[in-house]
Amino acid sequence: MTEKRKALALISGGLDSMLAAKAVLEQGVRVEGINFFTGFCVEGHTQAIRKADRDKPKRNNALWVAEQLGIPLHIEDVVEEYKRVVTNPQYGYGANLNPCLDCKVFMVGKAREWIEQHGFDFILTGEVIGQRPKSQRKATMPVVAEDSGASDRLLRPLCARNLEPTLPEREGWVDREQLFGFHGRSRKPQMELARRWGIEDYSQPAGGCCFLTNPQYSAKLQDLWSHRGTREYELDDIMLLKIGRHIRPREHYKLIVSREEGETRFLEGYRKAFPHIRTISHSGPLTLVDGQPDDSDLEFAARVSARFGQGRHAERVEVEIVPPHGGRARRTEVEPLAEGEVPQEWYV
Amino acid sequence: MSDATGAHELDASGLLCPLPVIRTARRVETLAAGETLVVHASDPGAAHDIPAWCRVHGHQVLACDTDAEDRVTVRIRVGGSE
Repeated sequence: MTEKRKALALISGGLDSMLAAKAVLEQGVRVEGINFFTGFCVEGHTQAIRKADRDKPKRNNALWVAEQLGIPLHIEDVVEEYKRVVTNPQYGYGANLNPCLDCKVFMVGKAREWIEQHGFDFILTGEVIGQRPKSQRKATMPVVAEDSGASDRLLRPLCARNLEPTLPEREGWVDREQLFGFHGRSRKPQMELARRWGIEDYSQPAGGCCFLTNPQYSAKLQDLWSHRGTREYELDDIMLLKIGRHIRPREHYKLIVSREEGETRFLEGYRKAFPHIRTISHSGPLTLVDGQPDDSDLEFAARVSARFGQGRHAERVEVEIVPPHGGRARRTEVEPLAEGEVPQEWYV
Repeated sequence: MSDATGAHELDASGLLCPLPVIRTARRVETLAAGETLVVHASDPGAAHDIPAWCRVHGHQVLACDTDAEDRVTVRIRVGGSE
C-alpha cells in the first residue's frame, strides 16, 4: 500500500483556497490548513469592535472553511516577521500599501518552513493565473515558488494545467488530469465548481482580506509613518488605525475619536498609554491624543472632541483631560468647535 | 495558573480574534490529553472561534458562555488525537 501523502493548504477563508484544498482532498491526500495573522487581517476585528455590526456573523472564515473541509487549521502569529514585508517590500506596493507579491512569497515561505518541520510533502494555494493584477500573474507564479524556497513543491490546483507539472504531479501524488486550468479575473469557473461540489455558503469579502488594500487605511498608515519619521510600528499602532475618526489638527499630534459605544469600549483599553479626553456634562466620544501635545493642544483637542458629542451645540461642555500612565485628571469647560471649524483636510 | 477545580486558566481578555485562538492553541500544546483549560476572552468572536478551533483539532468544548458584559468563557478538555 502506498504511503498517504500530506499537503499543507494556505487557507484564507475565501472560496479559492477552499476549492484548491478540496481538489487535493478529493484525491485522497491528507490536507491540513494554515492561516497567517499579520495584524492587517480584516477578519472579524472591526465587527467585534463596532457595536452596530454586532448582529453580523463573527465567525472566522478560515476556521469555518476548515470545518467544512474537515481538516485541522493552524493559525500562525506572524505579526513581528511580517513587518519587514510591509515596510520594505522587494517588489513594491500595489495600488495602496499592499505588498501583495512579497506577501505571497512570505506566506508560502512560512508554509515551506512548516512542512519541513512537520514532515509534509507539499504546499497548495488557491492562486489562479490572472486573478489579481499584481500577485497572481503567469510571470509571478515562478517568482513565488522560487523566492519562497518552495520550488516545485508548490501546487496551484485551480490553475495547475496552465503551469509546468510540479513534483506532486510528476510523482503521481496527485493526478494532474483531475486538477483545473482556470485563468483570468472571472469568478464563474470557481462558482460553478463550488456548485458542483455542493458548496453554497462561502465568504466573498468585497475589499479582500487585508486592510492594506484599503485606500483609507493605507492613508492612515502612511500618515503614521510620515509623522513618526519611521516605518517601525507595533501591533497596537496598526490596530488603532482600524478604529474611530483620525483627525490631525496639527502636525505634532492627532486625535482618535470613537464613533460609537463599541469603539469607545475598545479605546478604553488604551487609556493608560495616551492622553485622553472624555466629555462629562454630555454623552460623547472617548478621544485619544497621539503625538506630542502640550496643554494648549489638549485644550484644543477637547474642543474638537466636544464637537462629536451630544453637547456639540451647547455653549460650553465640561470635559475631563487625563494624562497617560495614571496621571492626575483635570476638568475644564470648553466651547465645542462649530461644524465648519473641523476642515476636511484634518481627517486622515 | 489553575482554578479551584484544577483546570488550567488562560486570560485572553483585551485581545481581538484570532489572537485568543492563537493563545489557546499555544497553551493547549503544553497540556496533556484529558486536562482542562478555561479560556477567558473579551472579543465576542471568541465564542465562535475557540469552539471551532477545538472541533477541527479534536478537543472537546465542555462549556461556552458569554455574559451580559460580553465576556466569553470557554471550558476545553484537551483531546488526545494531536
